[in-house]
Amino acid sequence: MQSVSIMIVGVGGQGTLLSSKLLGRVFADCGLDVKVSEVHGMSQRGGSVVTYVRAGERVYSPIICHGEADYIIAFEKLEAARYLPYLKVGGALIFNPQEIAPMACLYGKVPYPSQAIEENSREDIALHAIDALTMAISCGSAKAVNIVLLGYLAKQLYFIEKDAWERALAEVVSPKYLALNQKAFELGYTYTSEVLD
Amino acid sequence: MKELLIGNHSIARGLYEGGLRFISGYPGTPSTEILEHAATFPDVECEWAPNEKVALEAVFGASLAGARAACTCKHVGQNVAADPLFTFSYTGVGGGAVICVADDPAMHSSQNEQDSRHYAIAAKLPMLEPSDSGEALAFAKAAFALSEQFDTPVLLRTCTRIAHSQSLVELGERQEVELKPYQKQSEKYVMMPAYAKGRHPVVEERMKALASFAEDCPFNRIEWGEKKIGIITSGTCYHYVKEVFGEKVSVLKLGLINPLPRELILTFSKEVERLIVIEELDGIIEAHCNCLGLFPEGKSLFSPIGELSQRAIRQALLEEVPPLHNAPALPARPPMMCSGCPHRGLFYVLSKHHLTVFGDIGCYTLGAVPPLSSLDTCLCMGASISSLHGCLKVRPEMAQQAVAVIGDSTFVHSGITSLIDMTYNQTNGTVIILDNAITGMTGHQPNPTTGYTIKGELSTQVDVEALCRSVGVSSIQVVDPYDLSACDHAIKKALGEEQVSVIILRRPCVLLKTVEKRPPLFVDTTSCKGCMRCMSMGCPSLSVKNGKAQIDATLCVGCKVCQQLCPFSAIIDEG
Repeated sequence: MQSVSIMIVGVGGQGTLLSSKLLGRVFADCGLDVKVSEVHGMSQRGGSVVTYVRAGERVYSPIICHGEADYIIAFEKLEAARYLPYLKVGGALIFNPQEIAPMACLYGKVPYPSQAIEENSREDIALHAIDALTMAISCGSAKAVNIVLLGYLAKQLYFIEKDAWERALAEVVSPKYLALNQKAFELGYTYTSEVLD
Repeated sequence: MKELLIGNHSIARGLYEGGLRFISGYPGTPSTEILEHAATFPDVECEWAPNEKVALEAVFGASLAGARAACTCKHVGQNVAADPLFTFSYTGVGGGAVICVADDPAMHSSQNEQDSRHYAIAAKLPMLEPSDSGEALAFAKAAFALSEQFDTPVLLRTCTRIAHSQSLVELGERQEVELKPYQKQSEKYVMMPAYAKGRHPVVEERMKALASFAEDCPFNRIEWGEKKIGIITSGTCYHYVKEVFGEKVSVLKLGLINPLPRELILTFSKEVERLIVIEELDGIIEAHCNCLGLFPEGKSLFSPIGELSQRAIRQALLEEVPPLHNAPALPARPPMMCSGCPHRGLFYVLSKHHLTVFGDIGCYTLGAVPPLSSLDTCLCMGASISSLHGCLKVRPEMAQQAVAVIGDSTFVHSGITSLIDMTYNQTNGTVIILDNAITGMTGHQPNPTTGYTIKGELSTQVDVEALCRSVGVSSIQVVDPYDLSACDHAIKKALGEEQVSVIILRRPCVLLKTVEKRPPLFVDTTSCKGCMRCMSMGCPSLSVKNGKAQIDATLCVGCKVCQQLCPFSAIIDEG
């Protein structure tokens, strides 16, 4: 198989680490070579955060460059727009249309760019808007946004069986929150998004 | 089964499997998780030291006592530990000694992007550089034997993309290594001139022996492919090269990056038509090749600034590169102080009074970004106090308008000697110690002021007030940073004093699990006049909607600092 390159982007503190853990686990369980790259430290304090996940028969580079990502999973709209140039031709953005204002918008210096995704999109990529926050809340926790989005991604990654995801989920989530996360995963997996071009 | 591990955990695992008995270090991104992971292993003495110099000196002691020992630091921490490093090179080791140093090209979380390979050259030490987690484990494990074989400390260099990237790793068994007997060997371990003169030739001979070892050691290898292009590389760049070229080029992959081999490089270069060196930061391998008369392409193609990538290699060497779409012009999202951060109120007060602020290294460096825009300097660990002192020596009148700010961990790391400089050499500086009871930015490591160890065991807690008193500070105020008027008074009092003043702002980091979150505050929109004073302190919970302030109840932790700013009492406790 060709390797797959997935970026997870959001705002520090939104739970990107669990997402990359689940992705890494499911790929490794399926016998694929995996690399996951994240940045710790200062950038985590409410800043823009990005994690790279790559899997395939043999993966070399741990990072993803402009024009190379198959998928971007975005937890927040502005961050989704920021990383659009990383999508390759035919790539897909799967995003939670939640708005978290950066400091410059909070104190009114510039307005939050609500149309940033549409304005910066291209014809050669697909946009999947998933209201993961509402679905997560319906499962019992706003924090499950990450698992809803990954549930939706799982449906796109046809080369991995659904039960492999379910096993991996049970491995990375603590038993206390497993039922909640299973529900969130299922909601994402079965969601049919309106694909915008 | 293979495990998916970050490079730092792999290093810790490798050291453990190699018989590690003692490890020390000081937190610093991207090195921190080595020690945190080492603390999870049995039979390993593991500790956070007050600073990197202390950590390396403790490793020297453990090594001469016969144990396999290691320390960890980031690249700038290596500067702090440079003094023992250069002479540890002379003494050599008892038990194997490994110094793990993590560089941060692109400065994800650092104040510079120095290349730590220069230390290996300058201190005449072998340096290993793994390219992924698997090698991180293998090299860390092998480093002990290398250290003992050549009687030398061994440097293990990584960068952010090794330290914080996960790849699959095969775990092995721990090698049980007995303590070597301790023997008094003054001529080896007492580095006064008479004995040190005897050791320098040993160091030179050792480097020659290591250079021969480099020719056919297991850390260096040639992967022959097509011979039109031959690439010499190491570390994470090896994977970028393989990503771009696969088998289409020949690669000399170096894992022992000091000393560099001579014959191996010459043999490789003879076989290939075009010789290229691909290395991040400085052109060190390239310079070595130049000494061999090879003059490969290197820094003429690749910048010494920031990180390299598969894209950088494609751009330099291939015609086909995925199209570059312009980065959208969007508001930046820099990191910022958290909602309820106990540092925020202070910077509001400092900013309000337009004070000159000598800053330091920690979360509070974020006091430099708008809208607080409070810091005037950030140089290195501990420099806030000493640079304020120097400033006051030449402009004594600035004592009424300048302060130093430093965190509890940074103060213990290297602020104490700076404070002694101030009391001993007598300037009337005001030093504000932000005591949030933890080392915050690197992810909550305990330090000597927190009173417990890396393993969570209770320990001696350094009494910061008593410490300041003992070095000659008599004006010491302890204030809750959530109380803005108390901060204001304390700063005014301190600035007016004709002596060194210390203000300790004491409140634990709001992210600590032990800190109870208070209920969120609300804005009474009928009272809010939209004056925006509350917005001037840059709290992420506050925003403007229809000309009025609003509070995000999911973020607000009820610190009530904004409430103290509101002239219309519009920020209230209950909605």
